[in-house]
Amino acid sequence: MKSPALNAARFEEAARYGRVPLGCADADAVLGGGMLRGALHEIFAGDAGHAVPASGFAAALALRFGGGKALLWIRQDYAALEHGALSPTGLLELGQDPARLIELRVSSPVDALRAGCDALACKGLGAVVIEIVGNPRVLDLVATRRLTLAAAQSGVTPLLLREGADPEPSSAETRWIVRTAPWPRGAEDWGAPRVQANLVRHRHGNTGQWVMEWSCDEGIFRAAPAGAVVPALSGGRAETPARIRRVA
Amino acid sequence: MPLADARARIPGLHVFPADEGGDAKLLVRIAQWCERFTPLAALDPPHGLMLDVTGAAHLFGGEAALIALAVKLLAGMGFETQAAIAGTAAAARAFARFVPGTIVPPGREAQALAPLPVEALGLEPETTATLRRAGLKTAGQVARRTRAELTARFGAVMQAELDHAFGLIERPIAPLSPAPDFLAEQRFAEPITSLDVALDTVKALAASLSSLLSRHGQGARALEAVFFRADGEVRRIAVETGGPVRDPEVVLRLFREKMDALADPLDPGFGFDVIRLCAHRTERFEESGASFESGVHAETEIAFLVDRMAARFGADNVVTFAACDTHIPEAAAAALSAQAKKPAAAATIPDWVRRREPGEAPRRPLRMFARPQPIDVVAEIPEGPPLRFRWRGVLHATRHAEGPERIAMEWWRHETRRPTRDYFRLEDEEGRRFWIYRDGLYGRETQSPRWYLHGLFA
Repeated sequence: MKSPALNAARFEEAARYGRVPLGCADADAVLGGGMLRGALHEIFAGDAGHAVPASGFAAALALRFGGGKALLWIRQDYAALEHGALSPTGLLELGQDPARLIELRVSSPVDALRAGCDALACKGLGAVVIEIVGNPRVLDLVATRRLTLAAAQSGVTPLLLREGADPEPSSAETRWIVRTAPWPRGAEDWGAPRVQANLVRHRHGNTGQWVMEWSCDEGIFRAAPAGAVVPALSGGRAETPARIRRVA
Repeated sequence: MPLADARARIPGLHVFPADEGGDAKLLVRIAQWCERFTPLAALDPPHGLMLDVTGAAHLFGGEAALIALAVKLLAGMGFETQAAIAGTAAAARAFARFVPGTIVPPGREAQALAPLPVEALGLEPETTATLRRAGLKTAGQVARRTRAELTARFGAVMQAELDHAFGLIERPIAPLSPAPDFLAEQRFAEPITSLDVALDTVKALAASLSSLLSRHGQGARALEAVFFRADGEVRRIAVETGGPVRDPEVVLRLFREKMDALADPLDPGFGFDVIRLCAHRTERFEESGASFESGVHAETEIAFLVDRMAARFGADNVVTFAACDTHIPEAAAAALSAQAKKPAAAATIPDWVRRREPGEAPRRPLRMFARPQPIDVVAEIPEGPPLRFRWRGVLHATRHAEGPERIAMEWWRHETRRPTRDYFRLEDEEGRRFWIYRDGLYGRETQSPRWYLHGLFA
């Protein structure tokens, strides 16, 4: 039984680097003002087809956390074969300065995690995105705990981007499952990055689900306008909800 | 003499086929072993080596002791060696072959060479035969001829060879490994077998190399640690950096990263005799004093991170991007090694150009395939967007489409005209957004254009 005082102290401790608001008022309210800087956040792709919107969500978050500092993107080679390589011109369209991007290409999850931990010690970075495919054995509670501790030391925010993976226990501050959010039929100005972001786990607060649109001009999320079509979670071919194997 | 004669003279003669390739490789390995005496070791094929021991002899107790040590150690490995030391390479070569063990006093090459036969000059066999026929049997006799006579008879090349032999012109040797700019080394009376001691030695060498570099105001961009094993193996480990470094902590950290990532770990075997740390590619480098500017501090931190990652994962796997002045999407961004030197003139690098207008959706996808993926498309001809398409076996129906964005290939670069691409931005019924192009204008360039998926939008 943890005492409320201890919980409050832990909460303050966790928030010592501040919070970054996403821009979508409902989401920010649930997040307690914004996403915690210097904490581990996990982003899962809802399905194989949603890997790129999840990447976009991660890139947008990295922009929010980055504050103009350099961004390190650690990428497993397999991810590039499956969904394409990260395109600097594409990032430029979203609002990231490609001159501030450093990409590290690794072949195995072990290398990705090791590089991630090492990179988190470098205060010159704004955020580190670690892209890992599948559920490798090496990415366990110990590994995520190491990332959390490294982030807490330096204030650099790690974003763990998981593709083709099922959620597992981890020490992440927030866990998101991201899917595409289609534009309504007949919409004239369609095309901005729009996702359905499902906050399924939140260490210090409630969960929720929002359809968010990224404004490339302003570099901030906006709640999707009313009337946006949200795809129903069907038991059919495309949408299998992520299976939670073990209780977190 | 023919083999049959030799067999007749010596019954029971062991005969082995000549293995010139194997001999050459062995010579290289012996040269690398000899680098423990000096980093400037060159091959003198087929059976010779040339070592530049200028300034290194005192480390071994003098030139005579150096020769004795080299001959003894090589004999221990099974090689019979003849050695000599002289002020020029040609003179040393002559004495090593004809009067082994000689140490020629500096400047006295001409007098010392005089009694040697004319073969010792290392000239072409025809030239040597001609000299003998002309009655010149020793090097001294050749030296007494005037330059005019010799040049007229034999040409300027031979005169140059003679000048080199007698010490009149310098000719540097071509060492096997590039000569380092600065080095620090440690020799062990007893070979050390512990890797920890070896690493501590590297740390100490980094410290002394650092003070040497700082005295000259230099930093190194490439560092090499050479480990000489007692059994003859030589192992080299190299690291590179994006900017000049000399801080021993940084150097040691980079070597640790590299050694952790080695596929073939460093094995002391029977022990290391000599460990040498070399600095290559040194540049002018002044330590910026305690800087309070956080911007500068962040840059050096990131540079150090990049160097560490490059040491561990390979310099080609740590990349940054530069814009290229082209419309072709796959060529618009060039990936460079993050350690590469940025060109000084920023004006030559084009700026990144955003393709979309403010308020518009992104025109370039977040993820692009290195090789565009062929897809099957149903589209209205001649210029309609895809209505349905199949990719990786899955059928997608288009809900929103925008385009075409017409991108012509750079006709001035290619001999045959590459087809024009019409790019479409599509969203399917599930909200996934694709960047698809038709390769070639229908009717004008091709009758059956192919369609490709080039990228995926966020």
